[in-house]
Amino acid sequence: MVGVGGQGIILASDILGEAALEKGLDVKKTDTLGMAQRGGSVTSHLRISQKVWSPLISPAEADILLAFEKLEAARWVNYLKPDGLAIINNLAIPPLSISLGSQKYPGDQEIIDSFKQRTKKVHLVDGSAQVALLGDTRTLNIFMLGFLSVSLPLDIDLDAWKSCLRKQLHPRILDINLRAFQKGREEASSVNLG
Amino acid sequence: MNKSRKLLSGNEAIAIGAYHAGVLVATAYPGTPSTEILENLSKYRDIYAEWSTNEKVAMEVGLGASYAGVRTLVSMKHVGLNVAADPFMAAATTGIHGGLVVISADDPGIHSSQGEQDNRHFAKLARVPMLEPSDSQEAYDLIEIAYDLSEKYDTPVLFRITTRVAHSKSVVELNEKRIRKERTKHFHHDVGKYVMLPTNARNRVPNMHRRIVELTKYAESTPVNQIIDGDSKIGIISSGVSYEYAREVFPQASFLKLGMTYPLPPDLVQKFVGKVKKLFVVEELDPFLEENIKIMGVHVEGKKHLPRFGELNKSAVHHAAVQAGLSDLANPVDEVNLVKNLPGRPPLLCPGCPHSGAFFILSTIGKRAKVLDAEGRSEEETGLIITGDIGCYTLATYPPLRAMDTTACMGASIGQAIGLEKAGVSSKIAAVIGDSTFMHSGITGIVDAVYNDAKITVIILDNGTTAMTGHQDHPGSGISAQGVATEKVDIEKLVLGAGVKDVHAVNAFDVKAVRAAIRSALDNPSLSVVIVRGKCAVINRVRKNPRQIDLAKCNDCGVCVMIGCQAIQKRNDKLYIDATTCMGDECRICEQLCPKQAIAPVSGKSVGG
Repeated sequence: MVGVGGQGIILASDILGEAALEKGLDVKKTDTLGMAQRGGSVTSHLRISQKVWSPLISPAEADILLAFEKLEAARWVNYLKPDGLAIINNLAIPPLSISLGSQKYPGDQEIIDSFKQRTKKVHLVDGSAQVALLGDTRTLNIFMLGFLSVSLPLDIDLDAWKSCLRKQLHPRILDINLRAFQKGREEASSVNLG
Repeated sequence: MNKSRKLLSGNEAIAIGAYHAGVLVATAYPGTPSTEILENLSKYRDIYAEWSTNEKVAMEVGLGASYAGVRTLVSMKHVGLNVAADPFMAAATTGIHGGLVVISADDPGIHSSQGEQDNRHFAKLARVPMLEPSDSQEAYDLIEIAYDLSEKYDTPVLFRITTRVAHSKSVVELNEKRIRKERTKHFHHDVGKYVMLPTNARNRVPNMHRRIVELTKYAESTPVNQIIDGDSKIGIISSGVSYEYAREVFPQASFLKLGMTYPLPPDLVQKFVGKVKKLFVVEELDPFLEENIKIMGVHVEGKKHLPRFGELNKSAVHHAAVQAGLSDLANPVDEVNLVKNLPGRPPLLCPGCPHSGAFFILSTIGKRAKVLDAEGRSEEETGLIITGDIGCYTLATYPPLRAMDTTACMGASIGQAIGLEKAGVSSKIAAVIGDSTFMHSGITGIVDAVYNDAKITVIILDNGTTAMTGHQDHPGSGISAQGVATEKVDIEKLVLGAGVKDVHAVNAFDVKAVRAAIRSALDNPSLSVVIVRGKCAVINRVRKNPRQIDLAKCNDCGVCVMIGCQAIQKRNDKLYIDATTCMGDECRICEQLCPKQAIAPVSGKSVGG
């Protein structure tokens, strides 16, 4: 899972980790964030299996890349395995170098083209627009998790997901997040994820 | 479902393990990647946990608690142990009473530090045993062993972790049955053990060597060091997270897995050598295991092929294995051509950061903006040299601010400023230091500046917290690690008490006042201190009336962009302010700086003066 500090990536990967743990699987999870609260890149590696050794994912190894922001997706394409699944939220958060005019934000087609060198399964998802319609853009992380849940080969059923969300989220924000999760699932079901 | 199976970070596992092992006193200074150990321990009401002023004090408090007979934990990042090295060596010399475990969290790859160093050398230097977990389960299990070792061998134990162990989550089976043992709190007077006069120290030092001989015997038989039999062609010796990478790269090989990495077990190593044809040591950073094994007369390879700096990963281990002839090349996957010139995303000061205004002002003084290139370099001296320190505010080094010329270690800004002045540079000199860093090790610098009549300006950025590491309290915040209100150390009084005559405190969000205070301090030919005070934006969180740019008034002069605020962005060549991240009324720095008065609240009305 990749994106920008403040997008709730660590929480989303925590929830996925807990869901896999509940399934009785071995889980290792490692986040690289540096000084991410201050708007830097965030990466969360999750490895789930019967037995996991390394917490870090190597290049060309990830089954799924879940990107919360387009530029960050473009940065991590090499970590996706051949024919892996890329789910990219259609959101641009331009770094300051763009505002300063010293650099240019890449176009959608350029990003898609770089992914096409590795996989056909690349999906640009209007996650940010969808959660804005729900009324709370901060639920993007749970929307993305809902979208991901449909294509995860871990056999975690909807009730298990909901119970995990209940455990991990504050009751005050649970309801809107459950709706965001559902919305993500519906969105995923409406596209062919290959 | 086993209810005691939990997904924990290494730091969480250490905290729970230490609690279960009966720790009663825990001390630390915040530092990535170690901070969460004390944060987690401070939640237990039946132990005493403190944020110490710095790591040296943390070690001394820990040593005192150990002398009282209670189990004690002291944690810090790798460079923290440099600060605490003096009392650490003293602890190694006097020995302990209650178990004393010192946690060093190293940061290979420099995720969030000023440098990289391999603190395993400290174990050898101090002649103390060292344990290294590979994952959270081992972190939990080894902590209890560390306390037993400490008490049995009368020694502090160095418990060394790395970022990837501290911050990775993995599954831990907790032993809920472990009961915290009550310990008698009692200080035994023992001058020969605790008073390190040369005559006594001369008697203690041989003990340090004797205990290493005894600990070597322990290392031979402890289950934390184990041979895992596999294919006899390749034998891998490894420890820590490197072991996890090696297990995946060499799925068939035999392993000597070391949970205790100092002292090493020579007989066990020889036994392993006899089992395998070729030996390969997989370790991060320095060839610590490799050199200590070579001293035993064993021929091993490792750093000939593995990198000596930076963080390891599976690819790096695999690459080295191929080079050493121990592994075949994997089927290559063609590298994707990335989008050309992908913009980086360096971390920046937050929108609404109280440091932004002061740094903007500093960036405009002494022709800095004109003289410095994009990398902050120039042969020509600007009119103002800014020595910097460690915290969020070090980010002001990046463009557009470029408002920092040095950063070395905690508290160094003031000493460096004094040195530059005494060397006779022609520019004015400002030292910039945060409040927590000032408490940590800026105070001795200020005293030096007073004593030696340094003609410098010290700017203390007081945001009321240790922000960089996740907002821990400190002596100036008036709240203890366990949330208890306590005496607040007053920075003004402290500085005045040290003898500084020119001291001014200003509101960080009043740009005119900050500019006037900094200008006046720099004009003062003797020592001056400016305290720029404003709440950290992440703690404040109040967002009211986000600002927007009136494009009819804006002439695109670019001043607002030079603040380096993340909320001020450009879309289709037009400047705008991101309403979801702008702090609005709480900040107003851009509004005050805009020469065209083009920045105003979205509602259309400005608030306040």
